[in-house]
Amino acid sequence: MNNRKIILTGLIPALLLVLVFTYYPFLRGIIMAFQEYKLFNLSHVHFIGIDNFKNAFQDPKFIMALQNSAYWVFCSLILQFLFGLTLALMLKKKFRGRGIYQGLVFYSWALSGFLIGMIWKWMFNSQIGVINDLLLRFGFIQERIGFLSEQKWAMMSVIIANVWYGVAFFAIMLLAALQSVPSELYEAAEMDGAGGVRRLWNITLPYIKPTIISTLMLRAIWIFNDPSLIYGLTNGGPAGSTHILSSLMLEHIIYGGDYGAASAIGIIMIVILLLYTIFFLSVTKAEKAGEF
Amino acid sequence: MKKNIFRSGKIIYLALYLLIMIFPLYWILITSLKPQKEIFSFPLKYWPEHMTLDNYIHIFKISKFHIYIGNSLLVSIVSALIVLVIATLSAYVMARFTFRGHKQIMMAFIATQMLPGFVALAPLYLMMSSMNLINNRMSLILMYTVTLIPFTTIMLRGFFQRIPASLEEAAMIDGCSRWSALLRIIIPVMLPGIASSFIFAFVQNWNELFLAVMFIDNDSLKTLPVAMNSFILKFDVDWGAMSAGAVLSIIPTVLIFAFAQKFMQKG
Repeated sequence: MNNRKIILTGLIPALLLVLVFTYYPFLRGIIMAFQEYKLFNLSHVHFIGIDNFKNAFQDPKFIMALQNSAYWVFCSLILQFLFGLTLALMLKKKFRGRGIYQGLVFYSWALSGFLIGMIWKWMFNSQIGVINDLLLRFGFIQERIGFLSEQKWAMMSVIIANVWYGVAFFAIMLLAALQSVPSELYEAAEMDGAGGVRRLWNITLPYIKPTIISTLMLRAIWIFNDPSLIYGLTNGGPAGSTHILSSLMLEHIIYGGDYGAASAIGIIMIVILLLYTIFFLSVTKAEKAGEF
Repeated sequence: MKKNIFRSGKIIYLALYLLIMIFPLYWILITSLKPQKEIFSFPLKYWPEHMTLDNYIHIFKISKFHIYIGNSLLVSIVSALIVLVIATLSAYVMARFTFRGHKQIMMAFIATQMLPGFVALAPLYLMMSSMNLINNRMSLILMYTVTLIPFTTIMLRGFFQRIPASLEEAAMIDGCSRWSALLRIIIPVMLPGIASSFIFAFVQNWNELFLAVMFIDNDSLKTLPVAMNSFILKFDVDWGAMSAGAVLSIIPTVLIFAFAQKFMQKG
């Protein structure tokens, strides 16, 4: 069999499936953004230009979700990264029980955001939630806090749950990268008398920079795109104060059946992602970071 | 002295982190083992006074929980296996050959990881319904497979690239065809990579909620996440039942994850 045939047989199933069931529906979804397309009124599907976009920008819920998205991605990402890096640095050296320890602290990564949302919803409960109970017991607060029902607390609570969820990802990826740093580099630095902080700053971080860049970039996109945690925790409430763009989009689909409005938000998200990627890659000058 | 302070600081940090990571799991387990009365009693009980399996019995009684578990297992495993076959082929081709459009195809795979998936949700629903696959587990198997192909291809391609091409060339000189060289020589070498891809695919499928909510309406075809989702809607969150369901749906992922860790540390 010649190479041409092998290439075709190997690629056609994968390519065909992805084109038909990812790219085609995706393009059709983009067209929907310019249509009035409501599930409960399919006989009235027609083009309406950019009305869906106009409506979006006039919707206070959308504006709030736009701001929330920025806040949500930024806080979650920075905290997940910092905790993940600290943890990875501490786990770098082998110690007895490290394997078991990793197993116990990294499992969260394999759970679904929706489920984690449900679990934290139960713990954050204002009446019988364990977090309120603990805070009261230790005297940190005098009366129960409505973590998910009061607007001033809700966003912070959702972010805490998300940080809990995402630290493991960074720890796993950064730990793998740390373990690939050649030990000769440290030995040389030690002979030069470089202290711990200087070694971290001058050797470790530069060496794992490619991993840092690609994990930060991918993770930001993932946090931005995935509404499952918010769906499980608050479903965007109270009063839309925890909606991010993706969860608002989901709401338009599930509760409103309004695919036009949802797709318009989707397009806005794509534009934001494109700008973000271009910005991120030019700041970090790492065109290859996408090769993950 | 300085070293000792550093060391105890590290131990405290690691212990605290362990506590924070384990606690939610502990709490959901404890809740699932409490009788209804204790779940809502003050002060909160950090250890159940009367441990019971009532919540577990309850969810099997009020819903078809065993059927949901079966559906989830079926859909997750079948799709993960199909993904492996298709993605191994495409990853192999992408790793070993360069050809016109190679770079573009790679980009097309990478780009799928960035698209906000819900844009495609409505058109997918229409496609599935025109193929009569709504309320059919085939639609989930198909979509889970498609969703995972790009990532698995990228991942497996990395594994292929780490295996020297001379390995299969030697086998081909000895008279193997390319396919049998791939099957008999290369695949066994990269078994760790294939196993971790399978685990990743399984976990993703096991957790998927939104496609399943869209495509499956029929109660006896629901997967676990969909069933949990309708738990909430139907019963205004019965926390005892919820936590029992959560524990049951976590078990396979935690087991397979523990297994994967062991495996990957070896590999």
